[in-house]
Amino acid sequence: MTSEKSRAGWYFLITVVLLYLLVFTFSPETGSNAVLFTGSIFVQLIPMILLIIGLTALMNYYVKPKTLVNHMGKGSGIKGWIIATASGIISTGPIYMWYPLLSELKNHGVRNALIASFLYNRAVKIPLLPLLVFYFGVKYAMVLTIVTVSLSIIAGWLTEKIIEVIK
Amino acid sequence: MNRKKEALLKAVKSIWNSLPILIGMVLLISLAKTCIPTKTITSLFTDNQIIGPVTGSILGSIFAGNPITSYIVGGELLKQGVGLITVTAFLLAWVTVGIVQLPAEAILLGKKFAFTRNAVAFLLSIAGALLTAGLVSVI
Repeated sequence: MTSEKSRAGWYFLITVVLLYLLVFTFSPETGSNAVLFTGSIFVQLIPMILLIIGLTALMNYYVKPKTLVNHMGKGSGIKGWIIATASGIISTGPIYMWYPLLSELKNHGVRNALIASFLYNRAVKIPLLPLLVFYFGVKYAMVLTIVTVSLSIIAGWLTEKIIEVIK
Repeated sequence: MNRKKEALLKAVKSIWNSLPILIGMVLLISLAKTCIPTKTITSLFTDNQIIGPVTGSILGSIFAGNPITSYIVGGELLKQGVGLITVTAFLLAWVTVGIVQLPAEAILLGKKFAFTRNAVAFLLSIAGALLTAGLVSVI
């Protein structure tokens, strides 16, 4: 799945490059302007990307979300919610990498609410906060983070309740 | 391999994997900005408090990938004059709703769970966008 996904990314980029070739054929000036604009965006982004790599590496080194996830077992109560939230926030990598582990936990009795909450909290990415602040400002980044974490509890609770009703 | 090196390599790899989509999206935005007048772009994303976030959530649900791309696309859309509610719904749906991953999620976590979770996340991305934009304007 990983290679399929990364290949899809390259196909997407190749399609866009072909589109640019088409634009350059009919209107070289438009093509040049678009490339220059792309360059100006990346000049601003490069320091941000380096910072993100540094922060992600630090989190990979110090935090082990898989260990935390294993504590979301049956009857974990409030502790389970806290762990689901924290591990969702610090989890890295593509979402589908987590499905097998979450499936195993589900089979061991972990509540649907906690799994849904974990997946929702993946929207909060600490290493990407500098980029969020760069584009949207500190106030927005703080509000969005708090709102997302709060909504993750509602998302978990609602998902579980709806599944119970459907049953 | 020592753990420090492994942590750094993992971080570089995660950014590297997102690069084709990231570069492609930035190239597309630049092309759209150059070819299409700003007014036309912003009119596609209406500021209507219902239609705006619904549009943002639909787009965010369809696209997938590292949130880094969603922040850049969202930030550039905001610079073009697209409303904060619409952009926020887009950002939230990008990570919390996964149309592309839905088949894998349904196989491993169950159809009922996958469809319910994604539907709830879609609705909450609209609610979250309204709440976030509201709070930002009040604070």
